[in-house]
Amino acid sequence: MKSKILSIVIILGLFSLALSACQTQSNGPTTLTIMTHDSFAASDSVIAAFEVANNAKLVFVKSGDAGAALNKAILTKDNPQADVFYGVDNTFLSRAISEGIYQAYASPVLTDIPEQYKLDATNQALPVDYSDVCVVYDKAYFVDHNLPVPQSLDDLTKSAYKNLLVMENPASSSTGLAFLLATIAQYGPDHYLDYWKQLKANGLVVVDGWETAYYTNFSGSSGKGAQPLVISYASDPAAEVINASSPVTDSPISSIIGKNMCFQQIEFVGILKGTEHLVLAQKFVDFMLSQQFQEDMPLQMYVYPVNSRAKLPDSFVKYAQVPEEPATLSPEVITANRDQWINDWTEAILH
Amino acid sequence: MDQRLDRGHSTLTGTDQRTRTRLGIFLWGIPLVFLAVFFFLPLGRILWTALQAALKSTTIAFNIRQVSEPLWFTTWQAVLSTLLTLLLGLPAAYLFAHYAFKGKSTLKVLTTIPFILPTVVAAAGFNALLGPRGLVNLGLMHLFNLSSAPITFMNTLGAILLVHVFYNTTIIIRVVGSAWSQLDPRWEHSARVLGASRWQTLREVTIPLLRPSLLAAALLVFLFDFTSFGVILLVGGPHFTSLEVAIYQQVYSMLNLPLAGLLSVVQLACTFLVTLIYTRINGSRNIPLMPHLNSEGLRTAKTRSEKLFLHSMTTLLILLLTLPMLAMVLRSFLRLGADRGESGAVAIGFTLQYYQQLFINSNQSIFYVPPAQAAVNSLYYATITVILSIGLGLLATYAITRSARQARWLNTLITLPLGASAVTLGLGFLVTFNIPPFDPEHFPLLIPIAHTLVALPFVVRSVQPVLASIPASLRNAASVLGASSWKVWREVEFPIIGRAALVGAIFSFTISLGEFGATSFLARPDRPTLPIAIARYLSLPGDLNYGQALAMSTLLLLVCGLAIFMLEHIRLPGVSEI
Amino acid sequence: MPETHQLSVHEIKKTYEGQPLLNGVSFDVASGEVLCLLGRSGSGKSTLLRIIAGIENADSGLVCWDGKDLRGISTHLRRFGLMFQDYALFPHRNVAENVAFGLRMQGASRSEIEGRVSSVLEQVHMDKFALRSVTDLSGGEQQRVALARALAAAPRLLMLDEPLAALDRSLREQLQQELRDVLHRTGIPAIYVTHDQEEALALGDRMALLNQGEIVQNDIPEVLYRWPKNRWVAQFLGMQNFIEGRVTTIAPLHVQTAIGSFQASAAVENNFSIGEAVILVITPGTDLTSAGTTAINPLTGICKECLFKGEYYQVQLQLSNGESFLYYSNRAVKRHENVALWLPVQNVVCLKK
Repeated sequence: MKSKILSIVIILGLFSLALSACQTQSNGPTTLTIMTHDSFAASDSVIAAFEVANNAKLVFVKSGDAGAALNKAILTKDNPQADVFYGVDNTFLSRAISEGIYQAYASPVLTDIPEQYKLDATNQALPVDYSDVCVVYDKAYFVDHNLPVPQSLDDLTKSAYKNLLVMENPASSSTGLAFLLATIAQYGPDHYLDYWKQLKANGLVVVDGWETAYYTNFSGSSGKGAQPLVISYASDPAAEVINASSPVTDSPISSIIGKNMCFQQIEFVGILKGTEHLVLAQKFVDFMLSQQFQEDMPLQMYVYPVNSRAKLPDSFVKYAQVPEEPATLSPEVITANRDQWINDWTEAILH
Repeated sequence: MDQRLDRGHSTLTGTDQRTRTRLGIFLWGIPLVFLAVFFFLPLGRILWTALQAALKSTTIAFNIRQVSEPLWFTTWQAVLSTLLTLLLGLPAAYLFAHYAFKGKSTLKVLTTIPFILPTVVAAAGFNALLGPRGLVNLGLMHLFNLSSAPITFMNTLGAILLVHVFYNTTIIIRVVGSAWSQLDPRWEHSARVLGASRWQTLREVTIPLLRPSLLAAALLVFLFDFTSFGVILLVGGPHFTSLEVAIYQQVYSMLNLPLAGLLSVVQLACTFLVTLIYTRINGSRNIPLMPHLNSEGLRTAKTRSEKLFLHSMTTLLILLLTLPMLAMVLRSFLRLGADRGESGAVAIGFTLQYYQQLFINSNQSIFYVPPAQAAVNSLYYATITVILSIGLGLLATYAITRSARQARWLNTLITLPLGASAVTLGLGFLVTFNIPPFDPEHFPLLIPIAHTLVALPFVVRSVQPVLASIPASLRNAASVLGASSWKVWREVEFPIIGRAALVGAIFSFTISLGEFGATSFLARPDRPTLPIAIARYLSLPGDLNYGQALAMSTLLLLVCGLAIFMLEHIRLPGVSEI
Repeated sequence: MPETHQLSVHEIKKTYEGQPLLNGVSFDVASGEVLCLLGRSGSGKSTLLRIIAGIENADSGLVCWDGKDLRGISTHLRRFGLMFQDYALFPHRNVAENVAFGLRMQGASRSEIEGRVSSVLEQVHMDKFALRSVTDLSGGEQQRVALARALAAAPRLLMLDEPLAALDRSLREQLQQELRDVLHRTGIPAIYVTHDQEEALALGDRMALLNQGEIVQNDIPEVLYRWPKNRWVAQFLGMQNFIEGRVTTIAPLHVQTAIGSFQASAAVENNFSIGEAVILVITPGTDLTSAGTTAINPLTGICKECLFKGEYYQVQLQLSNGESFLYYSNRAVKRHENVALWLPVQNVVCLKK
């Protein structure tokens, strides 16, 4: 019977395909896979230095915004897609730890890192960098339209700034979540939603991730979008200067660093449980915390190094802004209420 | 009509009862096992996680609004989309059923392309046409020296509705149009002669006779709109949450699997209901259709109002269906803005770099592999999907044709995955097949299997009517002339259903190529498919990423167009659509 | 005196897909008349009916009712009746509803409709089937319902498009009888389309033959059979015996053929000239085996085949020139038997070639 033969052929075909798909690579340098968020960047020379020194091949798998990347790591924790995961920040840290995706590693380089950044005592997640999430604005826009720059959170609700602010969805973007936490710190858990409803009435634009907000919606960067106010990082002014095609003396953008307008974001790296290359992964974590990598980070990712030995580049010192009174919330409070806050915010603002 | 009783018995009616039963079990057993393992098992797992959510409701925080709101939105946007689709589709169906005009077959092909197009490509197309950096906005900004895009189209409800109409008009045109054109014109003539004016004829005769097809088509459109994922995600944006999008968000943003499971169950219940109603209506579609020559009953537009109708209808259709795709193709060759992070003057103009970039994978690129690799992966998965779906589809078709009793429930079972939504399927696979070696890492066939589940109903629907229409007399004649039953199959049945199987194969190939919902849950980063790559690049800023997304979409469009072209030329006579 | 009405069709022309279908068709039908329109399949008969009903438009020509041009009057206002070969009963309505359709369109009241429906159904012997679904009926029953539906609306003209073609022979004959009764009782002018000349003979007062888009001959059946106008008409009416020859004398008309000289008759005697090439057709009707009083027009041949047909024998002769000759006899003829026939002058009709 033809159908019988056909199905036998199919089954055989299936098996051979399955077998061929299962073959793994062998020989040559060991491949280490590092899962990161979309904004990861490092100099080729720095990467190459590690690869040569350790006979390794580094592959960076960019997996969306920090929140999305973390969730993917959690969903696949029984058979991890990578060896190392970088990109969890202090707002999502508790979720990563409680889901148990990491294995602990007390790197020797930790001694160079100040205590304030070591939020995980179990050393499953090790701090790598920090930056401040603030409201960033396009100077030219305000000059052209004769608008004063907003100075406080309340200012953003004024009708003069209608439709001018773009925010990332805190459900998927750690940047958005950080700013949301800043407003909670300012207005308290009972009234922050009122503030956001005012923002919504004032034409708040919500997008999914930081990349879109900054490079598509923001008028002050390459996308030349419609919004001159974006929730972004206080180090962005330095980035625009460094990246300018022709030398400039002043940054075209700046951050608003008033009281409780910024939230410090610390990013962590960790070795995923179940990795087959433990030793190499540990070496890479050491490398990320080491001076060489830490000094490369500011100009690549526009973040501050946690390693106290790392020197900052001049342009960074000159153009990056440091908030004096950043908003703070205790990690326990964040852990306990984060999901509820995100749900409430989504319901109030997105629906 | 005694001949009707003779139809539907295939070669596989052996005389020996034991062979018959063994054969029967073989025939419907294999598809059933496949469905059980790869459809019902994952669904069961989802149900289980949802139950856990209900039981442990103290620890899992959710309120009923997180389910009712997406449900409400999904339902009313689906109803609205269906109504709008009918608004455009019914006059178009009338046009196709009754008029012959120049370029008719081309227009028919054109209306079909959206249906097979992946959602990501449609999103890319509309984005390229009406998005903030789209051709229309850029043109208007240039013309009137505006500083910001005047037309806000993307991320609005209107965009969702429009893209739904774009997708599903062809269903109305094909299903209703085909029934309409096969409606015996003598009924309408009789009514007219008996004194019914045109409107009375429409009301008293045409619509009641068309009602089963109308309902079936409308239900199918509603089903597709209800389970729409890619469109609402990519075209609607963060403000619109349908059930499917909510499931996706709960999994990937909130990591609330139990709530995702609950949403899936609600979704399944709704789509199961609709599918059930649909298969019952389809089964009772037995208004005798009059097979006739293709051109009989068609007239050319003569009067002024007829010509006006013809021209405005065709213009509308062409505008809606081709403009987004044209914009997309055009934009893939144009450099109109800055790359991500690129400052300084931008060189505007014609470029091939987006296509060239597809083969490059720079060290710091967004993707693990060069985008061209995604195309290869997609083709690979599509080929396996075809093999699986044709094999299983043929088995199921024979099982259905053999026994009318088994037919109804087997048919319904096979159609279920169609309505079950790709997202639910993906989620089901995710929570079921996550233990090595049965996980996406080691069992890459999971993706083609998911695709097969979606494609299987189309294969069965293509082959089954053809198989059922082969009269027993044909086989008997071959037998009498000395052919063994295997030879009878090879010489008589296989050539006849071969073409139908080819149609089914083309369907499953394109479905697999464009599948987005389930694949977005299952694809590993080192094995992306083309739609995943396109969605990824679309969501990233900068001209280079956007251009590459459009370049890939254009390639996918080409392949789909080719498939439709082949489909149209292997059209089977007398087979009712969908 | 009852009113008389008349439908006139004048020079109807119509092309179909570029080819001419109707090439100037003209005829009349008056009250009390049944005109049978005969022609091969595809000759445009159905199209003609549709044109008269107003469903299709002719390229040129006139359709007049009582002298008034019907162009511009929409189908549903013409009050004509049309019956189809496959009945075209509305499948979504039962028998009574089908029959009531026309009356409903006319806006009749419920009681009027009920009364008329039941009386019409009685006329066609279908009164017990009023509530049945039409898909449950047999062919003959459906045809009766279709007739009832057409009649219930009291049409001014009834057109029937091969309504009995799908039925088997005995049913057909029975329904032919019933149709004839109904048509003559109502006196409505009727056009009956068929390709079967026996049916035409059963039903029609007059027969019009349609060929190549034209009415070739339009007359009472006796005239058509007695004086077929040309070879096509003769062949269509079932005549099979043709002999070619040349005119030798006119008045009386003599034609010289390969198997001898025959005295012939013609509808118009002095239409022929001496020496003209003509065809003789042997029209049916009489016993050719008796010599009669004059014993002219002998024909001899050898029997090739003799088939028993129930009421007579069909004998096939082979003539001296090799051709066949078919005739009917009431006695059996043996194979290879020599047969001598005598052809009456009135049955030897001379036709132009």
